[in-house]
Amino acid sequence: MNVELRHIHKHFGKVHANNDITLKIPSGSIQGILGENGAGKSTLMKILSGFIQADSGEIELDGKIVTITTPADAIRYGIGMLHQDPLDFPPLKVIDNFILGQPGGLFPRRRQAVKEFMDLCGHYGFKLNPEAYLETLTVGERQQLEIIRLLWLGAKVLILDEPTTGISALQKEKLFETLKVLAKENKTIIFVSHKLEDVEGLCDRVAVFQRGKLVGEVKPPYKTEELVQLMFGKAVSPGCREYTGLNDIAVKLENLSLEDARLQIKHVNLEIRRGEVIGLAGMEGSGQRLFLRALAGLQRPNTGRIVVDGVDMSGKNYHAFMKHGITYVPAARLEEGLIPGLSLMEHVVLSEEKPGFFIDTGSATAETNRKIDEYYIRGTAASRVEALSGGNQQRALLALLRSPLNLVLLEHPTRGLDIESAIWIWSKLKDRCRQCTSIVFISSDLEEILQYSDYILVFFGGKVSKPLEAATTSVARLGELIGGKGWEEHS
Amino acid sequence: MNKNSKSFELLFRGLAILLAVLFASLVLLLAKANPLEAFRYLIVGAFGTTGKILDVLVSWVPLALATAGLLFTFTAGLWNIGVEGQITLGAVFTTAALRLLMNSGLPPGLIIFLAILAGALGGALWASLVGVLKIYGGVNEIFGGLGLNFVSVAITIWLIFGPWKRPGTGSMSGTEPFPRELHLPVLGNSNLSVWSLVLAVLGIVLVYILLRNTYFGLRLRAVGKNSRAAFLLGVPTNRYAMLAFFLCGIFAGLAGAVQVTAVYYRLIPSISSGYGFLGLLVAMLVNFNAIWAALVAFFFAALNIGSIQLPLMMRLDSTLSGVIQGSLVLFVLLMDGVRRRITGKR
Repeated sequence: MNVELRHIHKHFGKVHANNDITLKIPSGSIQGILGENGAGKSTLMKILSGFIQADSGEIELDGKIVTITTPADAIRYGIGMLHQDPLDFPPLKVIDNFILGQPGGLFPRRRQAVKEFMDLCGHYGFKLNPEAYLETLTVGERQQLEIIRLLWLGAKVLILDEPTTGISALQKEKLFETLKVLAKENKTIIFVSHKLEDVEGLCDRVAVFQRGKLVGEVKPPYKTEELVQLMFGKAVSPGCREYTGLNDIAVKLENLSLEDARLQIKHVNLEIRRGEVIGLAGMEGSGQRLFLRALAGLQRPNTGRIVVDGVDMSGKNYHAFMKHGITYVPAARLEEGLIPGLSLMEHVVLSEEKPGFFIDTGSATAETNRKIDEYYIRGTAASRVEALSGGNQQRALLALLRSPLNLVLLEHPTRGLDIESAIWIWSKLKDRCRQCTSIVFISSDLEEILQYSDYILVFFGGKVSKPLEAATTSVARLGELIGGKGWEEHS
Repeated sequence: MNKNSKSFELLFRGLAILLAVLFASLVLLLAKANPLEAFRYLIVGAFGTTGKILDVLVSWVPLALATAGLLFTFTAGLWNIGVEGQITLGAVFTTAALRLLMNSGLPPGLIIFLAILAGALGGALWASLVGVLKIYGGVNEIFGGLGLNFVSVAITIWLIFGPWKRPGTGSMSGTEPFPRELHLPVLGNSNLSVWSLVLAVLGIVLVYILLRNTYFGLRLRAVGKNSRAAFLLGVPTNRYAMLAFFLCGIFAGLAGAVQVTAVYYRLIPSISSGYGFLGLLVAMLVNFNAIWAALVAFFFAALNIGSIQLPLMMRLDSTLSGVIQGSLVLFVLLMDGVRRRITGKR
């Protein structure tokens, strides 16, 4: 099926997530969609698959303009989407998952479905047991199930969102093979990824997204530098930087290994000096958050030690880390950082450890007003935090940091903020550095990472680079590492 | 009128009460009774004589204690459905202490005091069990509490028909009543014990102070509103959740102790009399405010006592009070939702 998108616009509040996207995808081809987090690729795919609607623009399938309002609509038109995290039902059997989306009567024709399921499996060389429970399957096998399910429902366009995350190399090979077969059978494949290598190895054509715009379409043979440059824009000037680090080690990681359901991080050694800023770069879900949470004691390491001020923190929890001057500032401000329903003053009281039984409202209000002035928070001591704007909430989070601190861990400290707020927040953080506080932060904004870090760690699928000196690292080099290239010299 | 003003909120509260009364009238009409007459009997039945008013207070004491305790768990964002069982275990522990000490030769006042303390301990232990199940076992407090309610009833029945049975054969009327000197003294020839009234008033005041302007109250609220953020801000969330269960258990246990020492003077099968569940309804209505809890509990107690008139005068079942209480809670919550929708606050 020929897919044509014309002048697609989509706004989320102030953010222009899709800005005039026009893209033609011919039948029987594999189209790559490449871009950073937040570049707008997922938004476009959600519009095409009916999860959300565009503000304006047209979708044309085989020459006919269509309106797609729900995912069920999309599959009726022949468009099926494989989500990054499979949207399936682990407690059910494979065959039940297979039948679930089928429109029709109260009693599914199970035997017929099993036969068709087996035929499809045979055709594509998948080895799936229809009676197995889904939770016993690997992510790769669940993808296979999802592919044949969508084909069975009549999909002629398959959208795959970051399909190579969390599957083994062997399964990836199998997946690519299948996609090539599907393209030969005249299906249209749309392959969304941030991994340069995958896109280069598979796609007939690549569209690169940057900040909501389609910035270029590239055909093979691909040049990595060209793709990186399209993805991340031109190199930024680092601006004036001031190294605030001292020669004194605040936190030391020895042979740290971590693991969650998706990722493994192995044998990280790192020394964080006082007053130093370390930026963690990488696509979302590459292990930065896991690493940052481990530094706070929120994630138990499998092996290895975290030593703070010479004290081994093995087996200690977050509150013990806090006592040693380590604080975690989460990205989800109203979910993890602040408490909706409580006032700024109540937050200030909560964040301080004061003896006594009754709260001294007078002095707490005075203290809160002082912080409101110092941090330019637009609100009063009695304002509830959910009534503040995003920038004010972020400033409030900084105002709640205790003093003195050894190490502040920040997730996306300026996400969603305008430029002035971001600059202001970093000036406050740099003040902290001058008071010997070290900072480790995650950001998906490469400019922010290059501008404010002293050293950068790049994460890719759980691999961690050696510390790169920010002053001498280029955007291109970072982009390559983030996209999974050039890691050989690191192993 | 300003949509965010206090009076706008009160208007919706009033509307909710009106709807609840209308709904109860509808139920009465369906039962072929005159609603006005029924409401008159309700009011006369609750406030007609001094004795009636004192009876309302007798019913108010355990309800107020249970509600006061539930304010702790509500504030911490926990649904302590197990409060019924905690009242029951309070009564069981009080009875056990009284049985143990009644022939010890200690002064009766001291025995009663120790028995009431034992009741508080019993409720607190039973509530802590819910807390341990939730925090260390991952069992939702609603299911843990519900399960333990059934267990508490089974324990009571077993005690009444087994180890603590009356001389001869055990009966559903409960254990052998305690001698007069082990009763909390009552006011004149009413059923109201001043001591238990004092206990309930003290409890309400204590909860009011604790939840209003203390570090403890603020941290408990923080845990209830966003326990993840509270944890990252340095509040030991598990400890505070445990503490909320423990304190609620103390108050529920006291309610059970009052039922034994001032109302029934023995252990009976349904010693909690549904005050725990009723307390949950009150707590849902009052938005964490202990003073309002006392007032609403008084209103509910009055409904309970007033409705006793209905079967006598109109051959209606006294469960009408339950219909009014339940519909009141539902309509207040419903109108709250409507108000939020209108003002656009989520």
